Amino acid sequence: MRRTDWSEVQLHVVTGKGGTGKSTVAASLALALAAEGRQVLLCEVEGRQGIARMFDVDPLPYAERRIATGLAGPGAGSTQGRPGTVHALHIDPEAALLEYLALYYKLGRAGRALDRFGVIEFATTIAPGVRDVLLTGKVYEAVQRNSRNKGAVQYDAVVLDAPPTGRITQFLNVSDELAGLAKVGPIRAQSDTMMTLFRSPRTAVHLVTVLEEMPVQETADGIAQLREAGLPVGAVVVNQVRPQDVAPDDLADALAGRLDRSRLGADLESAGIEVTDALLDGLVAEARDHAERRALEDAQRRLVADFDVPVVELPRLAGGVDLGGLYDLAATLDEQGLR
Amino acid sequence: MTQGTSTRRGDRSRPRVGPLAAHPSPAPDLDVDALIDDPATRIIVCTGSGGVGKTTTSAALALRAAERGRSVVVLTIDPARRLAQSMGIEELDNTPRPVAGVEGPGGLDAMMLDMKRTFDEVVESQATPEKARQILENPFYIALSSSFAGTQEYMAMEKLGQIDAAARRDGTYDLIVVDTPPSRSALDFLDAPERLSSFLDGRFIRLMLAPARGPARLVTAGLGLVTGALIKILGAQVLTDLQTFVAALDTVFGGFRQRAQRTYALLQAEGTAFVVVAAPEPDALREAAYFVERLRGDRMPLAGLVVNRASPAAYDDLDADEAMAAAQRLRTRGDHELGAGLLRLHADRVRLVQREAGLRARFAAAHPDVPTTTVPALAGDVHDLDGLRRIGDLLGSAPATG
Ligand SMILES: Nc1ncnc2c1ncn2[C@@H]1O[C@H](COP(=O)(O)OP(=O)(O)OP(=O)(O)O)[C@@H](O)[C@H]1O
Ligand SMILES: Nc1ncnc2c1ncn2[C@@H]1O[C@H](COP(=O)(O)OP(=O)(O)OP(=O)(O)O)[C@@H](O)[C@H]1O
Ligand SMILES: [Mg+2]
Ligand SMILES: [Mg+2]
Repeated sequence: MRRTDWSEVQLHVVTGKGGTGKSTVAASLALALAAEGRQVLLCEVEGRQGIARMFDVDPLPYAERRIATGLAGPGAGSTQGRPGTVHALHIDPEAALLEYLALYYKLGRAGRALDRFGVIEFATTIAPGVRDVLLTGKVYEAVQRNSRNKGAVQYDAVVLDAPPTGRITQFLNVSDELAGLAKVGPIRAQSDTMMTLFRSPRTAVHLVTVLEEMPVQETADGIAQLREAGLPVGAVVVNQVRPQDVAPDDLADALAGRLDRSRLGADLESAGIEVTDALLDGLVAEARDHAERRALEDAQRRLVADFDVPVVELPRLAGGVDLGGLYDLAATLDEQGLR
Repeated sequence: MTQGTSTRRGDRSRPRVGPLAAHPSPAPDLDVDALIDDPATRIIVCTGSGGVGKTTTSAALALRAAERGRSVVVLTIDPARRLAQSMGIEELDNTPRPVAGVEGPGGLDAMMLDMKRTFDEVVESQATPEKARQILENPFYIALSSSFAGTQEYMAMEKLGQIDAAARRDGTYDLIVVDTPPSRSALDFLDAPERLSSFLDGRFIRLMLAPARGPARLVTAGLGLVTGALIKILGAQVLTDLQTFVAALDTVFGGFRQRAQRTYALLQAEGTAFVVVAAPEPDALREAAYFVERLRGDRMPLAGLVVNRASPAAYDDLDADEAMAAAQRLRTRGDHELGAGLLRLHADRVRLVQREAGLRARFAAAHPDVPTTTVPALAGDVHDLDGLRRIGDLLGSAPATG
């Protein structure tokens, strides 16, 4: 595992295969970043209200909301230990388009006419790339925000719960995406400016995976595509990792069905547990299942190590992820330097 | 199990008796073998939210049905590479091909949906070659046919309609198993065709068509404003592309809505059965619940729920807290690595199993009449016929709740 300094990164994009834990990791990362009084914005773009569900709040509007206190650092009470704040934003493409038109084109009346004639709906559903440009445009605005924008929060970092690996390069590659559509005009110039941020070291695209064949393969493909597009690959976040506290020799024995039952029995006895044959059988069978999975996981872990990308690992929380679990995962990210 | 006998649909929800009744569950057992053996079952649709095992389940059901004597075709969507290879469908030619290695009396053909090609074929079948070419090259058509949310679902239905028509005509298949696209929500599969056709019937498209059809005065000041704004933002070329696209829609997709409705009706038909797949996770089970309610609302036939990739049962005479406490005691003392490690594993596993059982029980309490079966997670991926057979065995004979 290589440790990296992420402190220059202002935009953390979290992608990964569907269901591997993008939203969970994005939320935990936002909590980890919101330490020492920092202001962090967590954005979602897929219209699923996942943030509201994870933080147990009402569905989010298209407006920035304060949703949680960040991770408390060591030495709570001191400046260093003072947690920051996580804000959340649910980006809705139609609202973003209207806002955009009003802001950049001063399309007051025409903007409303566009909406009335169904153009907004049309543009955001079908016009190639338009939807993505609007979503990324809003994220860009939040990252670039400065003190001239009165009343708006300035963020130290923005975390984007992004579309899955299969679409991420296209999603961030806004100027290419628009190439077929807008060959001229200001939208073109704007997308080029956005690309400058996305391709810079101020952006990091993190890929979430689990240690299974398909997600790891997809992560490899995703990294290659990002690199080809000149987009900065951040860390690979290996999520839902099984416990690793059984020694390799014992794992091998468990797999081969020759685990030392008398040693196990002695251990259990010294822990004050009444040892029965059924208990030994049960634990030995569980150990074997586990060893089988661990062997597969370890093979995938070796592949991940070869990606030449910093890796962080998050444990599988046996009880599921609740708000407390998000803070636990945030602390684990923090310990591994991803903050 | 009622192996080899055909059971009337109403009988499937019979509660199981015998040894498994020792673990009473409010949900009746989903009898998969009765479903696939019943000659009245002509179409099985596997739905569920992303990544839960729809493709695996559809392929496993299809293989099992074939090996139990049915003539089956399975329409898969985006199968994993190795699974596609082992079924001989990695070639995308958009037609079913026989699967080698199927044992027993029946037969199995498989195909992998090529969404864009299916769409292109619809266009080609409706327009002159010249016109078709124009459409196929239009950037708006390309976006519609390759990335519109819902196109894949619509094309899966289109393909199902085609296969079903051919099967009825030629008697090629007596069972069609359909996988559904990886989407957020299982509902997308039912909503997509409507979304696509209402999009094509949308205000803006009708508006763009108006000048071509009606008197010029329909080009209102409002539309002038709109086109002006579009040119300002996107440039004039875009508008020309857009007009070509919209004009093409009018001629080619005239029958779009009827087509969509016909396929939808097929899903409501006697002989169709939905199998909802879910992972033992809150999100997946919530989606499954929405879907079950929706099927009921639309009077679509639900066969039942498959809870896939469940954690295998744990040794049940040592509870999680006790095991965890013991593990901690050993750790502080050091030198009892094996015992500590295995106790910790045991605690985790008990917690997982309990959590999943709790989630299943919650689903069952809200939907007590939905037949359910549980398929445990295998250690590795399912990527060949043997793997599919194992899943098929588990589907066919798994206890109602693990
Ligand atoms: N470390 C973990 N331990 C236990 N459960 C986890 C962990 N990470 C994620 N999960 C669970 O896995 C499921 C999927 O996670 P999540 O919703 O974050 O994935 P996602 O990649 O955002 O999914 P989607 O592609 O649907 O957006 C959720 O139920 C979540 O609670
Ligand atoms: N019971 C099982 N045990 C172990 N692995 C399984 C099981 N069921 C499915 N898998 C594996 O889980 C992964 C996802 O399964 P599958 O592709 O069938 O899901 P899907 O619902 O079709 O996903 P998508 O929504 O992406 O289409 C595959 O790698 C498959 O081999
Ligand atoms: Mg998500
Ligand atoms: Mg699939």
